[in-house]
Amino acid sequence: MTTTNQKGLIINKNWCKGCGICVEFCPTNVLEMKDGKANIKDIDSCIMCKQCELRCPDYAIYLGGKKDGK
Amino acid sequence: MASALVENHFRSNKLPHIWCPGCGHGIIMRSIVEAIDELGYNKDDVCVVSGIGCSSRAPGYMDYNTLHTLHGRALAYATGVKMANPKLKVIVITGDGDCAAIGGNHLIHAARRNIDITTVVFNNNIYGMTGGQYSPTTPTGEKGTTAPFGNIDKNFDLCNLAKAAGATYVARATAYHANMITKLVKAGMENKGFSFVEAVSVCPTYYGRKNKKGDAVQMMRYLKDSSVNVKAAKKLPKEKLEGKFFIGEFHKVEEPEYTEQYQKIIDSFQKER
Amino acid sequence: MENKNIKLMQGNEACVEGALTAGMRFFAGYPITPSTEIAEISSLRLPKVGGKFLQMEDEIAGIAATIGASLTGLKSMTATSGPGFSLKQENIGYASIAEIPCVIVNVQRGGPSTGLPTSPAQGDIMQAKWGTHGDHPVIALSPSSVRETFDLTIKAFNYAEKYRMPVMLLTDEVIGHMREKIEIPTADEIEIIDRVKPESGLDKYNPYEVNEGELVPKMASYGEGYRFHVTGLVHDETGFPSNDSNVAGNLLDRLMKKIDNNIEDISLYEEYRIDDAETIIIAYGSTARSAKSAVDMAREEGLKVGLFRPMTIWPFLDKQITDVAKKADNIIVAEMNLGQYVNEVERVGNKYANISKCCKANGELITPDEILAKIKEV
Repeated sequence: MTTTNQKGLIINKNWCKGCGICVEFCPTNVLEMKDGKANIKDIDSCIMCKQCELRCPDYAIYLGGKKDGK
Repeated sequence: MASALVENHFRSNKLPHIWCPGCGHGIIMRSIVEAIDELGYNKDDVCVVSGIGCSSRAPGYMDYNTLHTLHGRALAYATGVKMANPKLKVIVITGDGDCAAIGGNHLIHAARRNIDITTVVFNNNIYGMTGGQYSPTTPTGEKGTTAPFGNIDKNFDLCNLAKAAGATYVARATAYHANMITKLVKAGMENKGFSFVEAVSVCPTYYGRKNKKGDAVQMMRYLKDSSVNVKAAKKLPKEKLEGKFFIGEFHKVEEPEYTEQYQKIIDSFQKER
Repeated sequence: MENKNIKLMQGNEACVEGALTAGMRFFAGYPITPSTEIAEISSLRLPKVGGKFLQMEDEIAGIAATIGASLTGLKSMTATSGPGFSLKQENIGYASIAEIPCVIVNVQRGGPSTGLPTSPAQGDIMQAKWGTHGDHPVIALSPSSVRETFDLTIKAFNYAEKYRMPVMLLTDEVIGHMREKIEIPTADEIEIIDRVKPESGLDKYNPYEVNEGELVPKMASYGEGYRFHVTGLVHDETGFPSNDSNVAGNLLDRLMKKIDNNIEDISLYEEYRIDDAETIIIAYGSTARSAKSAVDMAREEGLKVGLFRPMTIWPFLDKQITDVAKKADNIIVAEMNLGQYVNEVERVGNKYANISKCCKANGELITPDEILAKIKEV
C-alpha cells in the first residue's frame, strides 16, 4: 500500500484514517481522496513543502527517502 | 513505516493511535516531538506526564519517560517528578477538562511556583473521552451532551488564566499552525520556569458534530481563518478582529525558578558543613 | 561505655526521624491537624540531607507529587489526617496498581467529615482497607508508642520498597502528639530495605515483568535510560494499557499475592500475658495502652486476662487472631470507633470464643477502667 516516487512522498494507507486534511491544505493540489484514503494524484506538482506531513494527525503521509529528516 | 521523526521519537509499534479520524491531537503531539527533536534533548532526559482524557493518551505513544496519571493530577505528579529530579525536562500534556476543571487548582499553583515544567493543553472545547460533555472551554451558548439547550457557563481563556496565575511563558497556537506549536513549545522548554502553551485542537466527532461545525477539514479551516497573530493584531482595525481569536506569544518574563530556589536552600546547608 | 542516643520526642517527630532513618528524601503534603508536625519537621530536616520538601496546594497534590517523586528513585512520604485521608484515596489506588512505593501517614482524628480535628480516633481502619475503589493489596501498620512510631515508620518504608506498594501508617492524635523518652537505635540495629532495580544497559526492560523467584518487578527510575510507561490503567508486563480480561485477572492476582504469599513477613504483633488468659483484649494504637493497664489491673484482682496487640492492621492477622480465639473464652475488641476491626475478629473467631466490643467514638480515649468494667461484664 506504499506509494513511492521521485519526490519521496509516502502514504502509509494502513495508518490513514481518511480525514482529508492533507488533501485540503496541499498548496499545489497533489493529493486526492480515493477509496476513503489519501492518494497521490499529481506527484509532479509536489513542491515538497511538508504541509501534508505537518498536518496529518495520523503520521500516514510524509516526505521520506533521502530528503527525510533534517 | 513512518518518517524518521516518528520512528525516532514515537513507540511506533503502538501506532496508529486511538484518536478519531481528523482529531487535531495527533498533529499537536507530532509538533511537540518535533520541538524536542530540534532542541536535541536526550530522550532519556525527557519526561512526559499526562492526566486522563483523549489528550492524555499521548504519552503512551511517545518514546520518553512517560507517566499517565489520574484525571486532573498531571501537574501535581509532574511537580513531584521535577522537584525530585530537576535534570529531567518535564512536559505535561493535558486537556481542557483535565487542566482547567478537575485540575484547575494544580494549574494555577504550578504556575504560581514557576516550576520548570512546560504544559501543553490540547484544547478541543469538549470532554471527548466520555462522549461530548461541555467543558470549561466550551464557548457560552454552544452545545454538549450535558448542555443540550446550550452552555450557560462562561468559558475560560486558558492563556489569561495561566498568565494571571504566574506562568512566565504563555502562548497559543492551533492544530492548523503545526509549525507554530513547535516553535512555541521550543520557546516554552527553553524558558526556565512554568511555560503554558495552549494548542487549540479540533474534535470533529463530538464538538464539531454537536455544534454543526462541519468535518475535520472545515474545522481546520476555521482555525486558519479565525486566528490572528497577536503581533499582527496590533496593526489591524477593530472590525477586522471581530470573531477572531489570538495566537502567538502572549507573555514572557524572567522570574526565579522553583527547583533552583529550593536548591539554594540545600546548598546553604552544604556550605555549613 | 555505651553511648546511648536518648531523646524526648513527640510521636509525629519520631515518625519523621524514622522516615529519615529509612532513607526518606522526599515529602509532599498539606497542613492538617493533627498531622501537621510531620510536614513541619520534614520541611526543616529534609533540605539538610539533600532531600526535598513540598507543601502542595491540596491533599491530592500532596500524594500525587509523592508518587511522582518515587518514580525518580527517591523514597517518598506524605502525611495527613481524616478529611485529607479521604482526599488521597484515588491516588492510593494509583500507587497500588502502578506499584509505586510510598508511605502515607494518617494521624487519625474524630470523624466523619471535619469531625473532631484535635481528638483521637481509630475510625479509618476500614477506610485504609477499602477507601480506594477496586480490589487492591493493603499494608497498614499502627504504633502504640513514640518509639514504635519510629520503628514502624521504618518498617512502612521497608515494606513499601520491598513489595512496591503504598504502605499506610495509622497513628492517632494521642500517639502523634504524645511525648515520650525514646532510645534511638544504632544503625546496625536497623534493617533498611531498598527497592530492587534492574541492571543498567539491558537491551530490553519490561517494567512490570516478574521472573521466577522474584517478588515484584524490578523498578527503574525515570532518567536512568529506560524509557518506560506508567499508567493507572490495567497494563501488561510492558506497562502499556490492555483491555484483555486475562491480563486484568493476572495483574490483580499478582498484586494480591504480593501480600498473600508473604503474610508472615508482614505480620507484626505483641502478645501480653495471654498464656493462661481466659479473656483476651484485642487493641491497637493508643487504645492498646489503656488495654495493657486494664490487663494489669484485672490480673491484680486475680482475673486471667491478656492482651493481643496487632501492629499490622492490614493484612488482617487471620492466623494469630484465630489462635487467640481458640485460646480464650472471651475476646473483647477495644477500639476508638463504633466497631470496625471487631467485625474482622468476629469473622475468624466467632466459632471459638465469645466476642464483644468496647467501643467509643466521641473523641475521648477509652480508659483502663472502661475496659476493666467490660472484662468483668463478659
